[in-house]
Amino acid sequence: MGRLSVNLCGTELDNPVIPASGTFGFGYEFAELYDINLLGTFSFKGTTREPRYGNPLPRIAEAPSGLLNAVGLQNPGVDKVISEELPKLAKVFHKPVMANVSGFSTDEYVEVCRKLDAQPQVGWLEVNISCPNVHGGGMSFGTDPQAAAEVTKAVKAVTTKPVIVKLSPNVTDIVSIARACEDAGADGLSLINTVLAMRINLNTRKPIIANQTGGLSGPAVLPLAVRMVYQVSKAVRIPVVGLGGVGSAEDVLEMMMAGATAVQVGAANLVDPYACKTILEDLPAVMDRYGVKNLTEIIGGAH
Amino acid sequence: MRQEYLTILENRPLTEAMWKLVLQGNVDAVTTPGQFVNLKLDGLYLRRPISVCDKQNGTITLLYKVVGHGTAQMTTREPGDVLDVLLGLGNGYDLDASGDMPLLLGGGAGVPPMYWLCRELLAQGKHPTVILGFNTRDEVYYEEEFRALGADVIVTTADGSYGIKGFVTDAMEGLEDRYFFICGPEPMLKAVYKKSRASGQLSFEARMGCGFGACMGCSCKTITGYKRICKEGPVLRKEEILWDA
Repeated sequence: MGRLSVNLCGTELDNPVIPASGTFGFGYEFAELYDINLLGTFSFKGTTREPRYGNPLPRIAEAPSGLLNAVGLQNPGVDKVISEELPKLAKVFHKPVMANVSGFSTDEYVEVCRKLDAQPQVGWLEVNISCPNVHGGGMSFGTDPQAAAEVTKAVKAVTTKPVIVKLSPNVTDIVSIARACEDAGADGLSLINTVLAMRINLNTRKPIIANQTGGLSGPAVLPLAVRMVYQVSKAVRIPVVGLGGVGSAEDVLEMMMAGATAVQVGAANLVDPYACKTILEDLPAVMDRYGVKNLTEIIGGAH
Repeated sequence: MRQEYLTILENRPLTEAMWKLVLQGNVDAVTTPGQFVNLKLDGLYLRRPISVCDKQNGTITLLYKVVGHGTAQMTTREPGDVLDVLLGLGNGYDLDASGDMPLLLGGGAGVPPMYWLCRELLAQGKHPTVILGFNTRDEVYYEEEFRALGADVIVTTADGSYGIKGFVTDAMEGLEDRYFFICGPEPMLKAVYKKSRASGQLSFEARMGCGFGACMGCSCKTITGYKRICKEGPVLRKEEILWDA
């Protein structure tokens, strides 16, 4: 067990660095640049029952220290993910992958999770109840403790793999949602998804993003994410995966001190395709600088 | 795709809004006219995608229009400064499909990729006709550079202050059967698409997240399925375009 290794819901990760869903596709673009087996794991593109094109363009806008996106869960659908994407992935990635699942009804979450449960490549199911860019699904499950619990319970019933529920920051009390998921049997939680946001084009006087609103990510949301990871990890006993604006080895330490067992890196991959590799290269020296022998010793150290 | 740190050799205005930026370094990843690069700029989170105007002797030339904070900031960079660049992005034009007398159409800020394309087509012994469209005389740039390559060049201005009055389609009379390559604003692409009786390749613009296919921020629907403007594009074939997508 190396000094970077952590245990996420029963599976040992070589390190806690995990590219976040939606910023890493199914890994191939990055596998052309570096050996993605360096990563702890990665969370693949949010997958739904049916193929989805997603939202109209523009889907992207610049923000101070970040960006807005409203991609809208574009993905080829779970059957194609299993028949096409996972076999391709197997050639470049040899570790268990985190399967990110989204849906518009409890039945859909259940069906997608059941299918992905049967895939040996999948190590964890990350159940996204927090996508802010789709209507009638996604985040509506993640903003109500009862609905969040219902999805969690239903998904847990059809899988033996660890279920990590991905939470939305767009709530008044994230701790109550986190507790509801834990009580419903979640093995872990990941937070935060993007923050509901808007930008307006001064020339057209209209929102830049065709969907009007988008989700804010990038360094702008790091302090918000650190606060929520801190609050949630103090209130639950299951592991928390921290994400939101992480872009450096220092950010990884901060997230872990806030209570994260593992850390996802999202927006940073989009502006620096080597972001995760650089973080991993920097981590040992940054740990030395702050007197950290093993990463496990700092998890929740700020509590 | 590669990430490189390229040194600025030249950065100067061509017109009030268009600037010329020449970058030196390892530009091997840029292989085809119609590709683009993605520049990291101080104080901005997202990179800025800019099409490649030319590649020669270990340099690439970018012509960019100053439209927002990013491009405004680019004008302040000096020769000797180093830029963080992702390069070799996008598919670029397929030159083999051109036929002997292709038509190249560039509109406004869409003129630049036509330059390297024109040079390459000439080097292959083809005889391109270039139509450059602008709003007004003061916005015309690169006409002489295209002529110096040895291409036939027609310039149009919407207000008639220079060249043929009207749009590039007005200069297309009699040339509708030529295989075409085009880059420009979407209304221009659509107009040429409709007017041409030939096949062609069209370069599209989009607000991008990453520029290398990871974020799905610029996907569009085509007849042959979803395509990422940054990865399977920016150049699409006429036959695969779905305008209402």
